Amino acid sequence: MTESYDIAVIGAGPAGANAALSAAKHGFRVLLLDEQPAPGGQVWRAKSAAILSAPATPESRAGKALRAAVRDSDVHHQGNTRVWQIERQSAGWDVHTLTDGQTAKVMAKALILSPGAREFVQPIPGWTTPGVIGLAGATALFKRDLLLPGNRTVVSGTGPLVFFVASEIRRLGGQVAAVVTPNTRRDWLGVLPAMRGRPDLLARGALWVADLMLAGVPLLWGHSVTAAQGQGSVSGVSVRKLDRNWEPIGGERGIEADSLCLGHGLIPNVEAAQLAGLPLHLRPELGGWVPEVGADGRTQIDNLFLCGDGAGIRGAAAAEIQGKMAGLNAARHLGADTAGAIAELQQSYARAARFGLAMTKLSQPRSGLSSLTTPDTVVCRCESLKQSDILAEVASGAGSTNAVKSGLRAGMGPCGGKYCQTAIARMIAAAHDRPEGDIPPPTPRPPLRPVPASALAGDFDYNDLPIPKPAPL
Amino acid sequence: MTDHYDIAIIGGGIMGCASALQMAAGGMRPIVLDQGDLGQGASGVNAGTLSLQIKRVKLMPYALRGHHEWEAMGDAVGFRKTGGYTLAFTEREVELLHERQKLKAEAGAPITFVSNNALRAAEPNLTHKVLAASYCPEDGYANSSLTGQYFRGRLQDAVVPYREGCPVTAVARNAQGFELTTAQGSIWATRLLLAAGAWLKPVAAMLGVDLPVNARINTVSVTERMLPLTSTVIGHATGLLTMKQKANGTVLVGGGWQGRGTPQEGRGEVMAETVKPNMALAQFALPALAKARVLRSWTGFEANVPDFYPLAGALPGVEDAFVLGCVRGGYTIGPYIGKLMGDFILGREPDLPLFDPGRDFHED
Repeated sequence: MTESYDIAVIGAGPAGANAALSAAKHGFRVLLLDEQPAPGGQVWRAKSAAILSAPATPESRAGKALRAAVRDSDVHHQGNTRVWQIERQSAGWDVHTLTDGQTAKVMAKALILSPGAREFVQPIPGWTTPGVIGLAGATALFKRDLLLPGNRTVVSGTGPLVFFVASEIRRLGGQVAAVVTPNTRRDWLGVLPAMRGRPDLLARGALWVADLMLAGVPLLWGHSVTAAQGQGSVSGVSVRKLDRNWEPIGGERGIEADSLCLGHGLIPNVEAAQLAGLPLHLRPELGGWVPEVGADGRTQIDNLFLCGDGAGIRGAAAAEIQGKMAGLNAARHLGADTAGAIAELQQSYARAARFGLAMTKLSQPRSGLSSLTTPDTVVCRCESLKQSDILAEVASGAGSTNAVKSGLRAGMGPCGGKYCQTAIARMIAAAHDRPEGDIPPPTPRPPLRPVPASALAGDFDYNDLPIPKPAPL
Repeated sequence: MTDHYDIAIIGGGIMGCASALQMAAGGMRPIVLDQGDLGQGASGVNAGTLSLQIKRVKLMPYALRGHHEWEAMGDAVGFRKTGGYTLAFTEREVELLHERQKLKAEAGAPITFVSNNALRAAEPNLTHKVLAASYCPEDGYANSSLTGQYFRGRLQDAVVPYREGCPVTAVARNAQGFELTTAQGSIWATRLLLAAGAWLKPVAAMLGVDLPVNARINTVSVTERMLPLTSTVIGHATGLLTMKQKANGTVLVGGGWQGRGTPQEGRGEVMAETVKPNMALAQFALPALAKARVLRSWTGFEANVPDFYPLAGALPGVEDAFVLGCVRGGYTIGPYIGKLMGDFILGREPDLPLFDPGRDFHED
């Protein structure tokens, strides 16, 4: 049986859940699909069911409120569900899902994508050593399981996340060996005007930094971790000062640690939008390659809407509002009168986006950071390909991410290129002296997430397979 | 004029590149133009099956020679001669298999029928529901995704210029030959070879020729790396399954299940409703596949004309223009028929006959 909805929403973070709630208020049948068991996305991730109580944080409060709102609404929330394929049909959309090892198809007249973001980590020597995790990955450990990445952790990376992670490690009882960030205090002063619209977040950030300083945690501004040492697990990291372009200068110093949190900004998850048929454009200020989408979540396809960090990294506050607008626009597409409500949200969206974009600007890698990757550094983790492998392929004439992928299998492993393609595209652009905008990501391929063959095959009777007539003899 | 060539080849797939190399070896100055990357069309996204058991009877002599070409390319294209089994699961399929494989064997493919015991000894993980199986020791596969890398290197070695990301937007005839307007400037050539695969129709239309080219949208899927499950190329009596486990452990599943889209729109789309039965058939043949996760599915455009025989010869009505494409089993046969085409344009007598693009397509 194929279930049919007015609107399907993919992703139940701040954007998607609010999109679903806004549309459902107008009486539409709304399905909210998400990989996680409960709504909240990465940013407002719910605690593991094994944790009975934990001190509240701003994230846990926001998540709790969102989960309550979804629970009390008419939205049909379906967690633990992955979407593996999206197909546009004349009457709407077919969304193919995977839940508990079973595939299913749902149909919807309108589709809202809120696929969120993933983390970019510039590959450095030793970054595949156990004990090195992403900055955003670390936040998932804290939020869901109250787990620490190690006993003594170096936290290195760009933007506000580095301070959030360091302060959460301390709050949960861990030790921060050092905070290392390519950003300088001057960078932060530069974004202060954009932060004035959110004094609450500004104050929170100031508290994180004050706490770290009071605790005597070394704060290395304008620096980066350039390598992780250790066989089998992290034993320490190397740190170097960076120039304005984030190219390492000066000598190397060592810091002892058993773990490293490393991250260089977020990248919009665009694969679902690509499968749905939206072209991409390079917008570095939004985090990289993004589909073209209006502030109100509308796209060039009249029954397709896109919101949240998947439309450009603007942060949770902007995602909530854009989600509402996308939900209202989907409702409007199906006949509801929501134009006024959408207009009312525009101003607060612009304010929230201004703050979020300032954080994105701080977080985005500058070109010198690429030089942290050495010839022997693994770039494609799934296929164990080093930078030197990629550069040799590029030097032999491969001038696109598709060509490098075909020739080397870079991006053909289980991650589907989510870890490596951003770094590889930059390597191709640099080697051929072409702008990054000339080197788009590879052709999108379903499934969006790996699907067991048994789930695709389902329960079938051989004689029912729709075998077409044989090929000509 | 520095940019004047003896021949411009539109389409840098297997056939275009193989023709270019043959003509360069014969003393001509060719240039290869591709709208995207070399070997990224059907040449680079097909399932890589090199099986005589699924070739058309009339094309068998070409396929046999094609196999030799692939064998000679060897490791650089991931060639493996593994042998292959074609399976029948129902009485009707047994009949079909016998009828078809007999004709293919008569045409020169060393195909034999094998007992269930022999099949189980060779491929213990296959289903026990096989009613009949044929075997061909010549069968195997190559890694189609290496096509672009391979021919890029070959063209460089032969000092044959090629341009990637270079769509041809107009073709004009003049006294010296052809002037091609491309995304990277104009190119002049005395002769022209159209080898644009599924894009032959719009390319020929630039010369005012209407070729009756259609495209099939074949789907291929691949799993994550698995422990060894199968060591040969597995097919199905209807031709609707090809399956092989690569040396790296991934299992590649094809069989011509149809996606949707057109070459003109620029991309083909995988359809869940055909991927699912394709994987069901694969899993029926190889039950252990159930545990494998499918990582990617994709489509490739396979060009054909109504009689499903190749276009290989002079382009009707345009002097000094030639066309090569629409070869059923084009991955297998491409390197060989590309050479034949090169010989033909060089004015030599090809070893096997070509296929007149001006024929009446509804005759067969």
